Amino acid sequence: MSRQPCPNDVPPLVTVRGLAKRFPKTRRPALDGIDAEVRAGRITGLVGPDGAGKTTLIRVIAGLLTASQGEVEVLGFDPAVAAEKIHDRCGYMPQRFGLYEELSVIQNLSLYADLRGVPGEERAPTFERLLRFTDLQRFTDRKAGALSGGMKQKLGLACALLSRPALLLLDEPSVGVDPISRRELWAMVKELVGEGIGVLWSTAYLDEAELCDEVILLNEGRKLCSGPPEELTKTVESRTFTLAVHDGRRKILARALQQDAVIDGVIQGERIRLVLREGDRFEPASVGAGSGTELRPVNPRFEDAFIDALGGVPKGESAVTQAMQPVFLDEKPAIECEDLTKRFGDFVAADRVTFSVPKGEIFGLLGPNGAGKSTTFKMLCGLLRPSGGQARVAGYDLRRAASQARNRIGYMAQKFSLYGNLTVQQNLEFFAGIYGLAGKRRREAVSRMVEIFGFKDQVNLASGQLPLGFKQRLAMACSLMHEPDVLFLDEPTSGVDPIARREFWTHINALVEKGRTVMVTTHFMDEAEYCDRVALIYRGRVIALASPDELKRSVRSSACADPTMEDAFIALIRRSDQQPAGAAG
Amino acid sequence: MWNRLKALILKETLATLRDPRNRVALIAPPLLQLLVFSFTGTQDVKDIRLAILNQDYGQPAAELVQRLSAAPNFSQVYFVQSPQQLQELIDGQRVLLNVRVPADFSRRFYANDSPVVQIVLDGRKSMAAQIALGYLTSIVQQFSRDQLQPADPGKGVMSVEPRNWFNPNLDYLWFTVPSLVVIITLQVSMNVTTLSVPREREMGTFDQLLVSPLRPIEIMIGKMIPAFFLALFDATIFVLVAIFVFRIPFHGSLPLLYFSLVVFVSSVVGIGLLISMLCSTQQQALLGTMAIMMPALILSGYTSPIENMPEWLQAVTCLNPLRYMMVIVKGIFLKAIPAEVVLANLWPMAAIAVGTLSLATWSFRRHLA
Repeated sequence: MSRQPCPNDVPPLVTVRGLAKRFPKTRRPALDGIDAEVRAGRITGLVGPDGAGKTTLIRVIAGLLTASQGEVEVLGFDPAVAAEKIHDRCGYMPQRFGLYEELSVIQNLSLYADLRGVPGEERAPTFERLLRFTDLQRFTDRKAGALSGGMKQKLGLACALLSRPALLLLDEPSVGVDPISRRELWAMVKELVGEGIGVLWSTAYLDEAELCDEVILLNEGRKLCSGPPEELTKTVESRTFTLAVHDGRRKILARALQQDAVIDGVIQGERIRLVLREGDRFEPASVGAGSGTELRPVNPRFEDAFIDALGGVPKGESAVTQAMQPVFLDEKPAIECEDLTKRFGDFVAADRVTFSVPKGEIFGLLGPNGAGKSTTFKMLCGLLRPSGGQARVAGYDLRRAASQARNRIGYMAQKFSLYGNLTVQQNLEFFAGIYGLAGKRRREAVSRMVEIFGFKDQVNLASGQLPLGFKQRLAMACSLMHEPDVLFLDEPTSGVDPIARREFWTHINALVEKGRTVMVTTHFMDEAEYCDRVALIYRGRVIALASPDELKRSVRSSACADPTMEDAFIALIRRSDQQPAGAAG
Repeated sequence: MWNRLKALILKETLATLRDPRNRVALIAPPLLQLLVFSFTGTQDVKDIRLAILNQDYGQPAAELVQRLSAAPNFSQVYFVQSPQQLQELIDGQRVLLNVRVPADFSRRFYANDSPVVQIVLDGRKSMAAQIALGYLTSIVQQFSRDQLQPADPGKGVMSVEPRNWFNPNLDYLWFTVPSLVVIITLQVSMNVTTLSVPREREMGTFDQLLVSPLRPIEIMIGKMIPAFFLALFDATIFVLVAIFVFRIPFHGSLPLLYFSLVVFVSSVVGIGLLISMLCSTQQQALLGTMAIMMPALILSGYTSPIENMPEWLQAVTCLNPLRYMMVIVKGIFLKAIPAEVVLANLWPMAAIAVGTLSLATWSFRRHLA
């Protein structure tokens, strides 16, 4: 993934000057005073938290929204007056590309070729080129709805590339896509850039932003900075450290995050990674890290600079800590499954999955899209009936146990399953009610959640109108109200920005400190680092089960001396591919 | 359990009623349908056009033609000169029927040799034509009675004097409005129930319910009760409109009607929830509603009598709750049918309600697999 030389002499494909966009009935403009450029042969990253205005900016450039103020020039045209001219030479892939799920891959391509007016004789070679490029040749007859998340995105990209665009606008193309597909997608776009196409790539993944030739950082509709990512990364140079901790890393992180000197802190396996404020000092002993532990400087990442630029993570301890009663930790495991198997016809989605999770642990289920982690997850929380084997949660088989047993678990789905036209208060009361809380206990539980998660000003808003970060908080509040022993989280932070994600994990860490058990599936590899142990599921089997650090160590090689979690993920999957069938697991 | 159920019922009600568009949509369109459809369901034949070709010059023929052209049922009468013209008027649908009085009509009349007139009806409008024929026949019969026994009317001749019970003036509104009250109630309850599960599936909240302590039967009841009360609420409005706007006489017992509506709505909600359970998207659920609504209407006896259907189809109508409710609603409105008759039509609906609700709960459990 090398960078292109900087062709500053070429005129930009997109020029934005002083752009503002206001929507009716909103207090703050969605975009305000934005200057930006997108050049040919380069990837320009568009990063920022949710609601920063990334999608709005892309839609203005694509000619789908008109600017309230300012100048926009795209491929030499003004999108407000000559949108069709731009559409002819610009590929646009929205967050959820409009694939027709009932149509096959090739039918989707033909349809978009019709819409794009691709002439008949050009179709066969174009389709062949794009299918080869996206590696979808084997799936031309498969319905788009049956493709995995990664393959859908590739097909969306193929459709966006039908008209050989000079400019490609990609709006969060990698949300919900596993690391392997994400790398493939990135490599494909990189190849396009090599052919001279200009790309605007909006993303919530900051490791992706780090690889862009240039980034534009937005926050609350304003541009914070722009330039090559390493320029921004430089701003946190010599302020990033790791702290090796053996015991109680969650507690130590929570204490560290309360100090003013700490701008950002995350768990990385057995270590804590910290970003310190400029000129401030931090004493490991002050957070009880024990004697002999010392801060080790590490190379800064773009993400560190991003959090720094946004003013750091919110201070304060998670109120969950005060609100929840601690659970007595005994020997009995919180979750255990033995030879858990699920067959759909001939297809074995989960094959003899066996593991056990002790109380008070965060356990991660990782794996590529369609590998069986969701199936396993659903069997554990009682949404799917296993074809064979056993699963017990908090001592109960959820398939058979009385409904009381389900009172002991909480569940949070990736889509934040809330009732959009009910208010925050009504959602909270509903979830309290179905978990059997009534009268005074319900009122207390609801008002406690309103307080912990800061919903005071929002209680009467319809939850569908909340910003994404608030929706996530509300979903979490709803799943915690009955103080479950075991919490199931299905891709809980998909599409949520890094700051909201940190806040989320602060709560989860606090929960685990109270003896609760958490089972989580995720595509974010830095999130996997929060787990005590991780099961990597591939082709229905557990191909690795260890702590994140052990997994990273297991793939260490001369070529990759300090592997990241993502490196470990990919290496372990490749290793499993090379083994003869049946030997894995 | 009661607390969980209460929360669920409240949520379902709020989810339906918090959206202002929904609130309007549940009342206004059904009411509009009731008002508009009532007038489209007309089965009266008021605008009958008739063509007459009189080829006889005798007095009896002239008398008959005179009576026909003076009859109030025929809005317009054309006098034509040739059989071709008669043909053209029927072909062009300008008249519904024509009458030809042949040249020997008066001669045979005086000879007491059964005089004949030819009547041609437009079979493309069979219903209207039959009614028109009825009018025509009664005029001709009256004519022959008067002409044959002018001196001593009524002697030795049987006369039929029809009296229409329960609807003396045969006002079609008396028939259509009570029927529409239940048809539109059926539609409202179907709309509310069929979409409810697929909508939650699409939003992802259904899984959330499944992992909660709620039992399948509780979820079913939670979805049933709000739909049930919404449908009853709408039905109440329709009944009031029928009585006070359309002035349909209400002879029966109101408690009996409500009890029947409760059973009827339960059976429809059962069917709706069953469809809802079987569909994974709202689109499928809408198609499912349509696939049920049309047959339910046609096999209810509203458009054509069930007795005229082939036997196997009559058997099929036994599964249609609308069929029983039609009998009850018209019976209670117009003729105060006794409770036994109501009961005889109630238990099949109750059976349908129990059957569909159990099936829906069962498929709910199965869905979890």
